[in-house]
Amino acid sequence: MFTFVTQRLLQSTAVLFAVSVAVFLAVYAVGNPVDLLISPEATQAERAEMIARYGLDRPVWSQYLTFLGNALQGDLGTSFVHGEPALSLILSRVPATFELVVSALLIASVIGIPVGLWVGLNDGSFGSRAVMTGSIMGYSIPSFWKGMVLILVFAVWLNWLPASGRGETVEIFGVPFSFLTVDGLRHMAMPVINLAIPNIALMIRLTAAGASEAARQDYVKFARAKGVSNTRIVRRHILRNILIPIVTVLGVEFGSLIAFSTITETVFAWPGMGKLLITSIYQLDRPVVVAYVMLVTFIFVTVNLLVDFAYAALDPRVKLSERMS
Amino acid sequence: MKRTHLMAGTALVAALAAGAVAAESLTIGLASEPTAVDPHYHDVSPNNALTLHIFSALGKLDADQNVHPALAKSWSNEDDKTWVFNLRDDVTFSDGSKFDADDVIFTFCRLMNNETSVAPTGKEVANMASVEAVDPYTLKIVTNEVEPLLPELLSQIMVLSEGVAEHGEITFDLENQCGVTGAWPSVEDFNSGKAAIGTGPFVLKEFTKGSKITLEKNPAYWGDAAEWDAVTFVPVPASGPRLAGLLSGDYDMIENPAARDIVQIEKNDGLEYSSAASNRVIFLQMDIGRDDTPFVETTDGKNPFQDIRVRKAISMAIDRQAIVDRIMDGFAQPAYQFVPDGMFGGMENPEALEYNPEKAKELLAEAGYPDGFKLTFHATNDRYINDSQVAQAVAQFLTRVGIQTDLDAMTRSIFFTRRSGREFSFSMGGWGSSEGGAASFLRQYVTTGNKDLGIGGSNYGDWSDPEFDAVVIEAISTIDEAKRKELLQQASQMAVEKMGFIPLHFESSIWAFRKGLDYPGRKDQYTLAYEITSDAAN
Repeated sequence: MFTFVTQRLLQSTAVLFAVSVAVFLAVYAVGNPVDLLISPEATQAERAEMIARYGLDRPVWSQYLTFLGNALQGDLGTSFVHGEPALSLILSRVPATFELVVSALLIASVIGIPVGLWVGLNDGSFGSRAVMTGSIMGYSIPSFWKGMVLILVFAVWLNWLPASGRGETVEIFGVPFSFLTVDGLRHMAMPVINLAIPNIALMIRLTAAGASEAARQDYVKFARAKGVSNTRIVRRHILRNILIPIVTVLGVEFGSLIAFSTITETVFAWPGMGKLLITSIYQLDRPVVVAYVMLVTFIFVTVNLLVDFAYAALDPRVKLSERMS
Repeated sequence: MKRTHLMAGTALVAALAAGAVAAESLTIGLASEPTAVDPHYHDVSPNNALTLHIFSALGKLDADQNVHPALAKSWSNEDDKTWVFNLRDDVTFSDGSKFDADDVIFTFCRLMNNETSVAPTGKEVANMASVEAVDPYTLKIVTNEVEPLLPELLSQIMVLSEGVAEHGEITFDLENQCGVTGAWPSVEDFNSGKAAIGTGPFVLKEFTKGSKITLEKNPAYWGDAAEWDAVTFVPVPASGPRLAGLLSGDYDMIENPAARDIVQIEKNDGLEYSSAASNRVIFLQMDIGRDDTPFVETTDGKNPFQDIRVRKAISMAIDRQAIVDRIMDGFAQPAYQFVPDGMFGGMENPEALEYNPEKAKELLAEAGYPDGFKLTFHATNDRYINDSQVAQAVAQFLTRVGIQTDLDAMTRSIFFTRRSGREFSFSMGGWGSSEGGAASFLRQYVTTGNKDLGIGGSNYGDWSDPEFDAVVIEAISTIDEAKRKELLQQASQMAVEKMGFIPLHFESSIWAFRKGLDYPGRKDQYTLAYEITSDAAN
């Protein structure tokens, strides 16, 4: 167990380092942020002063080494555009994205898994085929269009929900969350539905496939023959066996939604991380882009580790030392 | 006893009723997010528009960019380099402290000690040899170089309260921190509200970055009170959701609806819109300095842009009115000079640049290009209104007269970097003339580059006309307004005659709002809540 964790940590550090080099060089190659930041009426002298101020006239390896030195002390640079430390800027947006993603995945699991189970166990019935067809639409419809239609229907025509933005927030341990107020929930409703729909579809299909396969296994036939009740079979045998792929996908989805719910956040003007990322890329705000990618890599690595622990908990045959990769 | 109660009750109800009617609040959907409340942090329109609500400056610019008194009642010149500003004596900051000349000196010093700003500030202050408070309400400024636009420039420097930093006696002594003993305010101090003490029509209540900005009416404001007790700004950069917010009633007004959505707004009885010509000109810039230019292919190997006939032919090949009508949906004006009509220093009745493709072909043949030549045209696709469509139209117009044009439209971050690296032969740009009228564009783009004078900084094509340079250099150091106007008009004429740059059109800004409101619009495209009026008040 201990060796497993240590090996994983070393691997993760190597990944973080490689990612930082790649992103740093990539953003550097795209262009010079000075032209976007400086007042267009600036003189050549001002422009030169600004370039020197941000250290943009030094060779790229020198800029990278400065960055690395600071990063090891916890300082991932200061945003060119916002003037705040990049890491704290991103972390200040995490609660908003976190709220959306956790709610969406919660809804996706609560709806998707039971429905998927029902579909998988009643394979071939009209209802199950209808649900499976419907679920294709769920993850094929483009997120941007889906979001706009939701706004059109619920905000413009019916006027039930606000069109965009985040609602009232309440601070827990100094962190503002909006799901504790009615106004906050009303603002959250549509972006969460927008994120949840493709994930519900995914959960349904995954659970259905797993369940229908598990239902055909010998141990299920044997349990039925023994006279074990249906509920107990589903709960104790089928569900436990299909949870491993579901947990894997949930882990991956969680990581990727936290990092890249950009489209939903843009459509609903939700002040989360994704919107910050896209704006920073446009403005060539390199410190924020690099800090963001490194943070996201860190999140993925952590989530993967947690998923591996979950495997060990779910399947007693899995020994952690075997899961080195 | 009973009668007193009755009277008190009636008075209370009346007061409540009056209060309920008078408490008006406004929610505005913004197209770009202001990044800070600090007025000296970043010189970009969304930030400037926001800080105008909370702070004031010595002067203020009206909708046509002409300067009027604000915190300074009047000003005069003792000589070309000495200015005397008479300040108002009836102004208090939102924290109750009184405004006087020391606050202005403190503000200038802060510009020179602005560590947290995006770009260096203080260019105007660096030109000040001395700033003296002759008495608490009289300020005397002596400049190093003659600066006729000092009042306009100072109108864009918001005045801070000296109370936001600890200090001894305030004097303009930059070596000794001007008498400031504590820390200079940082951008975080403003965003948190601690240092956001101003003399504007509103007071900052809350600034949640990315989410919303709330302002409350400032009861101690020295000028005409705004109609609104509370204003909330919500940044919604995507235009679809912004319009949806207006349609659903979440927002009372939005900035920059897409021109194609105006049709929907016109059909809706509950909505109105207003549009105003802006000071932003869209123009074409050519590489003239180099004999061999990278993105042009000709049979004789020369640079065709060096021939005035080719430049005039290009201008004649483009149907500006068609671009305005079909691509900009009417929300633009064809440009025959570099500032819109009515702005200081522009020609009064500029001659229309005609659209005549036949004559264009003749001119090209005369210049030695009867079969035209090949060209790659570079433009942005996400910076100006409909920029990629306009660029495509221009490319097609040119191809029709024989100049085979390939368009390379790219995102602005790459475009600006490459353009300032002088990589292009023929590119499309935009420029908003903020202060100085015609001088703004002419001194930045059309004059020969001169680092010492700080002019020609964007003249990437190396257009050089010494006669023109002489006129502009004289104009920008002429204090006398009438003489300066004449010189600038002469310069504007020369610029269009020689056609080193080709003007296309002026963008218009559009605002859409619910019925019952009115907004006249501004050339600088700012959305100012205190200029929004309700029809009931009119």
